[in-house]
Parts: sequence; structure tokens; C-alpha cells
Amino acid sequence: MLEMIARRLLIALPTLILVSIFVFGLQKLLPGDPVLVIAGEERDPQVLAYLRELYRFDDPIPLQYWAWIKQVVQGNFGASLRTGASVSALIVQKLPVTLQLAAFAMIFALGIGIPLGVFAATRKGTWVDSAVSTMALSGLSIPNFWLGIILILIVSVNFRLLPASGFVSLWEDPWRALQTMIMPAFVLGNALAATIMRHTRSSMLEVLSQDYVRTARAKGLFEPAVVWKHAFRNALIPVVSIATLLFGELMAGAVLTEQIFSIPGFGKLIVDGVFNRDYSVVQGVVLCVAVGFIAMNLLADILYVIVNPRLRGTR
Amino acid sequence: MTRYPLLATGLAALLACAAASPASAQSTFRIGLQEDPDALDPHKGNTYVGRVVFAALCDKLIDISPKLELVPQLASSWTISPDGLSITIKLRAGVKFHDGEAMDGEAVKANLDRARTLADSRRKSELASIASVDVVDASTILLKLAKPDATILYALSDRAGMMLAPKSLASDVAAKPVCSGPYKFVERVQNDRIVLERFADHWRKQDYAFDRVIYRAIPDTTVRLANLRSGDLDMLERLAPTDTKSVKSDASLKYVEITGLGYQGLTVNVGNGPAADNPLGRDKRVRQAFSLSLDRQALSDVVFEGTYPPAIQAFPPSSFAHNPDIKLPARDVAKARQLLKEAGLDKAPIDVEIQAANNPVFLRLVEVVQAMAGEAGFNVKIRSTEFATLLREQVAGRFQMSSVGWSGRADPDGNTHVFWTTGGGQNDGKYSNAEVDRLMNEARTRYEPAERRKLYDAVQKIVQEDLPIIYLLYWNWPYVVSAKVDGFVPYPDGIIRLNGMKITR
Repeated sequence: MLEMIARRLLIALPTLILVSIFVFGLQKLLPGDPVLVIAGEERDPQVLAYLRELYRFDDPIPLQYWAWIKQVVQGNFGASLRTGASVSALIVQKLPVTLQLAAFAMIFALGIGIPLGVFAATRKGTWVDSAVSTMALSGLSIPNFWLGIILILIVSVNFRLLPASGFVSLWEDPWRALQTMIMPAFVLGNALAATIMRHTRSSMLEVLSQDYVRTARAKGLFEPAVVWKHAFRNALIPVVSIATLLFGELMAGAVLTEQIFSIPGFGKLIVDGVFNRDYSVVQGVVLCVAVGFIAMNLLADILYVIVNPRLRGTR
Repeated sequence: MTRYPLLATGLAALLACAAASPASAQSTFRIGLQEDPDALDPHKGNTYVGRVVFAALCDKLIDISPKLELVPQLASSWTISPDGLSITIKLRAGVKFHDGEAMDGEAVKANLDRARTLADSRRKSELASIASVDVVDASTILLKLAKPDATILYALSDRAGMMLAPKSLASDVAAKPVCSGPYKFVERVQNDRIVLERFADHWRKQDYAFDRVIYRAIPDTTVRLANLRSGDLDMLERLAPTDTKSVKSDASLKYVEITGLGYQGLTVNVGNGPAADNPLGRDKRVRQAFSLSLDRQALSDVVFEGTYPPAIQAFPPSSFAHNPDIKLPARDVAKARQLLKEAGLDKAPIDVEIQAANNPVFLRLVEVVQAMAGEAGFNVKIRSTEFATLLREQVAGRFQMSSVGWSGRADPDGNTHVFWTTGGGQNDGKYSNAEVDRLMNEARTRYEPAERRKLYDAVQKIVQEDLPIIYLLYWNWPYVVSAKVDGFVPYPDGIIRLNGMKITR
């Protein structure tokens, strides 16, 4: 297993370099002049020239990349072009926010998706199965932003049950954190729950048709024991890797969810960064997300081995 | 179905606890802003929302009244020498910065020099006419000007006149601004909130009722209003025009609006590269025809629910330079067609491309323009781009007509000089007229508003003919305040001033 992890890490390195080139290059392909955006309504030619020089915007792009990556390797992501704040500090400040949102959304998605998937699989072909599948389909189809705004209008404005927006850290005030997290986690977890439910259902169906399940039933085992002890554990394998790989979807969803609920996390940072042509912020944050994505892939592989003992020692 | 009972139980449980959450003994005022401000350094800041925060954080030498008159703030009085080349400013006595330092002549000099010389200062052009800042004594400062400049006093009534504590200038100002305003900086969470708390030694502390002020950035207008309705905010700026009706009919909210200093208009490329070489860029009659084809009141009604007043000149009604004799023309399609005929262009529709930022409101604006101008013989195409791209295309001269907004300045010069004079920083259509340049530069040297007004009237005669910019609407600043809040007075500059405001219930 250690060998596998080491090999994976080695593969991750060129991936990271490629990602960094992409992130940097794509930004430069964006139309528009960052200096004009930074300067705003005060377009003093001297200041424009100074800013261009300061951020090396007139250098050839490979040189700009080299200057940036040299800093990044030393742990310095530069400063926000818009506010002057250190990008590393911003990442440290925003990462826990998005992680907290992602964790709540994932807990919600797993807590709803897995039981429903098992439930639907064991009642395959009945009206229960169709009802659950329909629900999952609507969960997948409802746009995040729409669901979010409707929830705010009903829960916060009409019934005043929960705060409409904002973020409180779990370590600061757990109760308040829970209150502010419920709606965003529901919105973000909603589509994930649907995906997880569908994967659990199909995986369960496959396992339930296996010979050993028939054997278990034949020797007169109690049905819940068959389902949960024998079938479920094996059906969980693909679900676990799907859940870790949904991390990407989680990040994409966080972008919208954070906008609606004014949660100051990565998503909001990226969106504002792109619109304001705040290159250093976008580069730093996207690189960070890419690292996270690679880490989640690695985690998926490790979890795969853990839940499936047959794979231990073979790779 | 199985999902919802669980959720409902959870919400019911929360309801019980929400009611029990402790009421804060301190009074906190929460304002919802449309964007997150940029650098909180008055010499570098560039955003309207930044100025809103500065109004509580940093006092200025001079302030403006709701009628745009100059009134004392940190300066108690000022006198201009007869030759117009020096301005003597008397400073208010006993004013302290948030770190306890005294706000005196040396401090003012340090600030003005920083604003004038810092490499990336955004205040350089506003203060360009200052040759030197001399400290006469602890409470008197003398500005020596290279040439008479009437705009300087208004510049000192905005960010260029904000004073930072001298000791803080050496550190990262934007990270922790130390000023002398009624509230001092506590913390900033980027993209989320800026927290300020009462400054106990402020010279006017009795006028400020709140212990804490929190500015929260909530870009979505629907969500911002929802936060106010749910009690998570006490006030918001820039209500979406479409929500005006529902807010006005809501007894728990107060709607307050004021016509701003800024405008929405169409910049015509009259001289910036090959893109200017078309009937619209070449012939002022075509531009006049375009302007005549528009019903500005209908534009306002359709796009802004009638909240943006129609505009025909760059100076807002609150400005002394506004000329009420320049009447808003009625839409006249026949006359527009007549003008096109005189220009020999009535045979085929005239192609015009308007570029506009891809924001639903401004796209709707140009779509209505497209329909109206179409009836007068223009074939208008709309090129919608994202704002950063629009700016670049505009500066590079790759446009025929561009839909632009200007946030406005209290001094009339700020709304016009950079747009109308040859080489002006915002003159993206590269309009150039020697007489306009001369009159605009002369207007800067007259301190007497009535004299300046005469010069601006003369400029307007020319510009209203040439139409390098077709003005459409004045900006409106729509605020919503909780009905519990009293004493909010809107200013044409759109800045929220907290003095006199209080929570009554």
C-alpha cells in the first residue's frame, strides 16, 4: 500500500506542473486588461504604467509564469491585485470555510443518498423505487441557485427560522454554525445525494443478484442481515470512490452556493477574482483546489483498498 | 417524501432556539453592500462601496452637504488667496486619530504628500495641481498650487482629503487602516464583512448612535433584500429597480432614494482608430438623429421602473453647473429621419454596433435603445461582453458605440473634463475640440461657481451639438432601511453617512 501511495504521489507531480501551466495560461487567454480593471475610474497613465510594470504584465508569458511559479514553490502566492491582501493568507482564511461547507454537504449527501439507494434497490420495481428515483432525478435537475433563493425566501424571510446568509466557524459557535450551514449544505448536498443514491441503488442491485447473496438467503439468514452485512459492504466499494470523486462537483457547486448564501469561501473568492481579473488570487486558489482534487483521488484509491480487503497486497 | 419530515423536525427545533438567542447589549448596525470593497486605503481605493466604508472610518478635511455645498469637517475653515494660487486651511483643534496621535498640520502634510507621490496612488491626478504642502503651524496648512484649481476643494471632500494616522503610513494601510473617523477598524474578512467599532475620542461622537457597524458584501440583489427582510441586515444599498414596488408596500421597510451624481450614457467613437470611420463617428447629424430617436423617460420606465431620471447633460440636477435651460428633448423620429436625409443617409438603414456589459439590466437598456433607434432608420447590433473586456475594447478603440456608466463626482469638472478634453483619461472615443479644451481648462481656474457655470454653459453649447457622449439617464441611489431605523439622510454622492441615524425600536 505504501508503495502504491508513493507511486501515486510521483504521478501527481507532473500533473500538478501541467495544472499550474493551464491555470496560468488560461488566465492570460481571458480577454480584458487587468490593469484597467484595477485602476477603475481613476485612469492616470503614470499609475497604469506603474501597475503594469509592478505585476510584469508586459513580460512574455513564459517569463511571467516562471516568476510566479518560483514564488509559489517557496510558498508565496503573491498579493491580491484588488485589495493587496496576501493570497496565501486568503487561502488559509477561506479554505476552512469551504471545507466546512463541503463536509456538511457530504454528510448530508451520504446520510440521505446511501439509505435511500439501499431502500430503492431492495424494493426494485415497486412504486417506492420509482418514487425514490423520481426524487433523485428532481434533486439532480433543480438548479442550485434557484433552490437556494427559494429556501431563503421561505425559511428565512417568511418563517424566520434560519439566518438568510453568512458564515460562522464550527469552532467559534457550533450552534450558530449549524444554523447558518443547514440551508447551504442542503442545497449543495442535494444534487450529490441524488448521484450517490443512484450509484448505491445500481451497485446494490448488482450485488443482490450475486450467488453468495442467494446462498445467504438460502441458509435462512434474516433479510436485513443479508442486505446490510453481506450485500451492503460490497456494494459500498464503488460508492466510496464516487463520493471522493464528487469532490470536484462539490467545489463547482460551492461556487454558486457560496454566492447565494454569502459564504466567504473559495467559490466566492474565485468568482470575484475572475470578474475583477485578480490573477494572483485565481491562480493561487485554483492551484490549491487542484492539489485538493489530486489528494482526493489518492484518498479514493486508499479507501478502495481499505473497504476491499481483496485488493490488499496485490498492488 | 422521506426526506422532508426530517427537515421539518429540524427546522421546528431551530425555531424554538432562534427565539431564545440572546439580544446583544451593544447596538450593531448592519449594512448590505452590493460588492466587496477593494483596498481599504483611501489613497489606493477605487470603489463606491469602499467610499461607503470610509465615510465611517476616515474623516476628510472637507465634506459636502446634501446640496453639494462644501462644509467643514477636519478643516474648520479655508481661504483662497486673490491670485488663486494658495489655499490656507485651518484645522479643527483637538482631533485625534484612532491610535491617539494628534491630527495636526504635520499629519495633514504627510497624508497629502503620500497621496500625491505614492507610485500607485489613485489620487495623483486629483491633486496634480498642488506644488507643495507647507505646515504653517500645528493647526494651519498652506497648499501652494502650480496653477489655480477650483476642483481641489472637492477633491479634498473625498478620498484625497481623508487623513490616516502618520505612524500607520509606514505599515500596510489597507490591512489595518487607522484614521480619525467616528468608527475604527476591527476586522475584515474579504468577500464577507468589514467590522468597525465606535471611536470613543471622536470629535463628534454624540452624533453617532451605533456601537458597531458591520458592512456585508452580498452581490445578489434578491438575496440582499431577503437578508434585510429576515432581519439579518438593517439597511442595504442599490435595491433592484424591480423590487421597488414590493418594498414600498412593506410596512417593515423604508424606501429612500436620491438622484445621484453619475449617469448612464452611450460613448460614441468619434476619433479612436479605424472603428470611428463610419457615419455615426464622422457626422454629428447622425449622432443627433440617434439621440432624437430615443425616449429617455420610456427607457427609465422600462428598465428602471422610472427610478432613473432622464438625462441630456453630464451635470446632475444637484450640481451648480447643471443648466436647466437645456431641456430634455421629446422623442422626434420625423426630425431624426430629416437629419439623416440632410446627411444623405436616408437610403438604407445605418449600421451601428453598441457594446454593452453582459449584465441583464444594462443589456435591457441597450435593447430598448436598439428598438427605438430602429424606428428612426438605424440598424443597431448589440455586442455583449463581460465588463473587463468591454473596458479594454473601449480603450483600444474597437467600438462604434459603448454603453457606459459614470459614478459621478461632486465637482462638475469630474463628470466632464476627463471625457471631453483632448487626451482625457476617460475620453475613449477620442473626442477633440480646441474650444472645448480651452473652456474646460479655464473653468478649472475659476473659484466662483457662477463664473464657472458660464464657462460650462459655453462648453455645453458645443458638446450638445457634437454629442461625443449621448447621455441617457442619471443614476439613482435606492436604499432600503428597516422601519426601526430613523434619521437616514441620502446624499447625491450615494455615500451612507451614519451621523444622526439610530435604531428606535
